[in-house]
Amino acid sequence: MEPICAFDRLVPGRGVAALLADGAQVALFRLLDDSLHAVANRDPFTGANVLSRGLVGDRGGEPVVVSPLLKQAFSLTTGACLDDADVALEVYAVEVRDGEIRVGARSEAEVAA
Amino acid sequence: MSKLVVIGDGMVGRRFLEAVAQRDPSWDVTVLCEEPRPAYDRVRLSAFFDGVSAEELSLASDLDGVEVRLGEAATEVDRESKVVRSATGEYPYDKLVFATGSYAFVPPVEGADLPGVFVYRTIEDLEGIKAHAEGRRHGTVIGGGLLGLEAANALKLLGLDVQIVEFAPWLMARQLDEAGGGVLKQHIEKLGIGVDCGTGGTKISAVDGRLRMDTNRDGVAYDTDLIIFAAGVRPRDQLARDCGVEVGERGGIVTDSSCATSDPDVYAIGEVAAMEGVCYGLVAPGYAMAETVADRLAGGEATFPGADMSTKLKLLGVDVAQFGAFDGPLATTYLDPANGTYAKLVLSDDAQTLLGGMLVGDAEPYPLLRASVGGKVPGKLADLLGGGEVEGTLPDGAQVCSCNAVTKGEIMGAIHEGCHDVAELKSCTKAGTSCGSCIPMLKQLLAEGGVEVSKAVCEHFTQSRAELFDIVKVTGITTFSELIARHGAGSGCDLCKPAVASILASLSNGHILDGEQAALQDTNDHFLANMQRNGTYSVVPRIPGGEITPDKLIVIGEVAKEFDLYTKITGGQRIDMFGARVEDLPKIWRKLVDAGFESGHAYGKALRTVKSCVGTDWCRYGVQDSVKMAIDLELRYRGLRSPHKLKSAVSGCARECAEARSKDFGVIATEHGWNLYVGGNGGFTPRHADLLLSDVDSETLVRTIDRFLMFYISTADRLQRTSKWVEALDGGLDYLRGVVVDDRLGICADLDAMMVKHVEHYADEWKGVIDDPEKLQRFVSFVNAPETPDPSIEFEEVRGQKFPAGSTERSRPVLLGTPVIRSSQGK
Repeated sequence: MEPICAFDRLVPGRGVAALLADGAQVALFRLLDDSLHAVANRDPFTGANVLSRGLVGDRGGEPVVVSPLLKQAFSLTTGACLDDADVALEVYAVEVRDGEIRVGARSEAEVAA
Repeated sequence: MSKLVVIGDGMVGRRFLEAVAQRDPSWDVTVLCEEPRPAYDRVRLSAFFDGVSAEELSLASDLDGVEVRLGEAATEVDRESKVVRSATGEYPYDKLVFATGSYAFVPPVEGADLPGVFVYRTIEDLEGIKAHAEGRRHGTVIGGGLLGLEAANALKLLGLDVQIVEFAPWLMARQLDEAGGGVLKQHIEKLGIGVDCGTGGTKISAVDGRLRMDTNRDGVAYDTDLIIFAAGVRPRDQLARDCGVEVGERGGIVTDSSCATSDPDVYAIGEVAAMEGVCYGLVAPGYAMAETVADRLAGGEATFPGADMSTKLKLLGVDVAQFGAFDGPLATTYLDPANGTYAKLVLSDDAQTLLGGMLVGDAEPYPLLRASVGGKVPGKLADLLGGGEVEGTLPDGAQVCSCNAVTKGEIMGAIHEGCHDVAELKSCTKAGTSCGSCIPMLKQLLAEGGVEVSKAVCEHFTQSRAELFDIVKVTGITTFSELIARHGAGSGCDLCKPAVASILASLSNGHILDGEQAALQDTNDHFLANMQRNGTYSVVPRIPGGEITPDKLIVIGEVAKEFDLYTKITGGQRIDMFGARVEDLPKIWRKLVDAGFESGHAYGKALRTVKSCVGTDWCRYGVQDSVKMAIDLELRYRGLRSPHKLKSAVSGCARECAEARSKDFGVIATEHGWNLYVGGNGGFTPRHADLLLSDVDSETLVRTIDRFLMFYISTADRLQRTSKWVEALDGGLDYLRGVVVDDRLGICADLDAMMVKHVEHYADEWKGVIDDPEKLQRFVSFVNAPETPDPSIEFEEVRGQKFPAGSTERSRPVLLGTPVIRSSQGK
């Protein structure tokens, strides 16, 4: 798990981007219930690293982020694109320890699931 | 293939072509059309002066097997050899249809051929009237019937003082009785239009560059600049006379109930036909004739079903309707001089059956009454006459759309088969596609058929945007979480969050990135810049009215150079700088704010720009200071959040260099003040803005725009531009004018107060960010590496500037394609 920043840096209902040690970009979201989610920052439809700047909300109860460019919705729990079954984002493990957000590798999330 | 020749391409002719194409497309059809343009909607002709273009009035449609020869008048019909001739061609026929319509009747008055004397019949007539009215003061209309009142309205819209002269003892004598005509006269005189009934013009002469019309009343003459004859129409039957087809004593080609003339291979339809001796001047009977002949040509046995002469019109803002019988065994009337309403119902002698009637001033019960003619009186007489709440359901056989002969039963059938809104009903039944007066009825029938039109913003709110606006305004709720907890469900989405953010901002709730509001803003609003395809942003400082000093231009150049930004002049008269990295935005804006620039809100659903031409200061044609007005308007409305973006422009004269009529609100200078146009649009579906006010002073102009904008912001749907909003308003432009000019809803004081609050609370959004360390923190590519730019963003150079990497790659297929297109054209 890699330390990122203080939990309080995140605005409830919005995301930020983080740069991991291996060069990967992660979009990190704090929802209104203070839960945290981390998915890949790269929008698979345009190739731009912008998903952290998308709006979050829910579709039928499933928490989602919506791409700010072409507006596809992605599940924050599974990474699946809800508008195109062939596309999915990588999901990262995320936790808070001593008020600090930490993000794990993608595989750790899969193990946890 | 059998040959069909149609002479005339008017509304009825066009309906006939469509009906033939539908029933028997095997005909080889040639249409000879004297006018230079294909069929257009003559019923809505006057809309031309409300800003509707000739193209928008067009009814032209491509039909297989139909050749329309524009600008080619038929000159001779040779029935012996069955051929129609024009100046340039010969067209043999198996069947011939006359659809030549009417011409405007001009009484034999001396001087009726002088320049400045017009009729009111074709788009060319209207263009001539418009050109002649320019810079002139006074117009006179001869004729106080339906067409005369339309012409009077047109002259009023052109800014002239208007006098109506009518030979009959009261206005609209063919539709109204004396009492009804009197009430109508009151209304019209209140608008400042002169009405002189029982008077006829005897001579027109040119005097000192103006016109003088003498009358049959001693000593009464009118000095005027422009005269329109609107004294009725006559059938255009000359061609038929010349070829020996029988015409009626008072004109018109005589037909039997199948529309056949004295020659069984020749038919006549529309206004030129004397159907069993009667000429009809309305479109609905013409359509019925068109359908009749189309059925006959397909081997059917149809006959003319009889005509419904009912009419409902809004003339000069006054409702006038007449339906069924004009008079009868028993008549009951109601006159309210205080409110200017008059109603008359004609009943059978036992008072059980409705035979007809008329309404002036308030025609709300018209659809119900007209559809009930011949049946039981549909309610209490006192309610029907006095404009009370009328409740009643129509029988299935009642005709809802008289223009297109559509019954309630047919409409309910269409609803049952899946039509769920007015647009679908229109395309599937044709109801409501001509005069549109039955559209309120269609809405009622949709409701009766159990169709609920959902205006819900999204899955989290069942309310419409307008309802959410009211909730926020009344409850004073200032946060999304409270709103969704009390009035919605779930956690929100990309539809409702920005909509609520916009509502909160419209009601002046502080900086859009303050507190919880920050989480609602769309990406662009959240970074106060426009995200581009590679994740960088564009920056647009406000340049009010497009006016900028050299020093400020230099600052923009220096900023663009320092941060290596691609620059481009926008369509809104300002400068867009592209390719800014998110972490550079605050630094860029620090420099811009220091130089006196403010946010241009190019990223928001808000006022964008107010374009201007150079106006009186420099232009030799300008009649008002358009630049100053544009700057004043842009500074007044800057930062105003709305359901969608708002664009505006101000032109200094009628040449309209600022293209104001393609804007949400556009202003065009006149010699006497300003004309205000609203609801224009470019984009996907271009629309010319409608004239809301003419010749007003600056104060009235600004006050009306204030109200227009606040009424729009309070009532529009999510992402509904003003063009669609104006179109969707029940009652249209007249209703809008009633609300924002005449204060018919009594809400103008509220709308004014909302705008005062906006103007008082305006503050530059970017200044609010660069002075706030907490907000500045958000402008980084990576929360854990604030100094590191996004390494995936790359640029390349094209035409001396930077572009997102891969730009040339993307454009290559187009370049490769060009030679191929050329070689194929060369063959």
